[in-house]
Amino acid sequence: MTAYRVSIHITPRKGLLDPQGKAVEGALHSLGFGGVREVHVGRHIVIETDAVDAASASNSVRTMCERLLANPVTEDFEIESATAS
Amino acid sequence: MKFGIVTFPGSNCDYDAFRAVVDSMGEDAVYLWHKEHDLQGADVLILPGGFSYGDYLRAGAIARFSPIMREVIDHARRGGPVLGICNGFQIACEAGLLPGALLRNDTLQFVSASVHIQVENNNSMFTSAYAPGQRIALPVAHGDGRYTADAHTLAELESADQVVFRYVDRVGGRSADANPNGSANDIAGIVNAAGNVLGMMPHPERALDCLLGSDDGLPLFESILATVVA
Repeated sequence: MTAYRVSIHITPRKGLLDPQGKAVEGALHSLGFGGVREVHVGRHIVIETDAVDAASASNSVRTMCERLLANPVTEDFEIESATAS
Repeated sequence: MKFGIVTFPGSNCDYDAFRAVVDSMGEDAVYLWHKEHDLQGADVLILPGGFSYGDYLRAGAIARFSPIMREVIDHARRGGPVLGICNGFQIACEAGLLPGALLRNDTLQFVSASVHIQVENNNSMFTSAYAPGQRIALPVAHGDGRYTADAHTLAELESADQVVFRYVDRVGGRSADANPNGSANDIAGIVNAAGNVLGMMPHPERALDCLLGSDDGLPLFESILATVVA
């Protein structure tokens, strides 16, 4: 077993109203960042886990996302490749 | 009849629910600590409001994996009544007892107010003591109350009359102003397909005495009693 570090990005599902993203977008516009078209605020989760290899660490994190870390109704997630920590 | 009030770390309406059952209805109630596995013979389960587990990750996401939730889910699958109020609604959605999810209010503000809701379906075991289309006033107090589901699920909920409560204005009109959180279709409460699980954001247990502003929550508890006793 090796320790792996896996990063997960969870964002509101595209198409769903994201009031937090909208509020941040408005603030960026008022700061003068007129080019900002869209903002989405999500969560970044870092997990350190023991696994036999990187693929199995990623697979296990995928299951964690499906069962707990992301809500399948409202959120999408992306898993960065696992790196030995 | 015995009500079981499931208490999680961070629940804060468990006592109100207990008093509603015992003082207002004259029935028995027990607190069921989330780490237990024994429903103590409760006929009806209440998932009360609050901020279980500090709303960490998502409201209700962690409470859903509390030990007692296995028994709560079994009880619901057997057709046992489950009433999820506010955080209890969020937990019921996370647990898959109800479809959809509750997201941050569209205003991004915590809303604490008395709202008008309309009884859209009084054939449910939770609403039979209301008149069809009756408008009632109940308090809401939540930051994550925006009911969301995909278009297909919303259409199913509507066609099967699973939307039991909807936010309306004082005269029954629907508008963005009458909807305190941006919920899809102005949904304030839904039942599952079998009709034995109700989730709602407004607090019927806080509206049992006109001295406190409204007793419009009473018929909800009377409906449950009438159904379970019969």
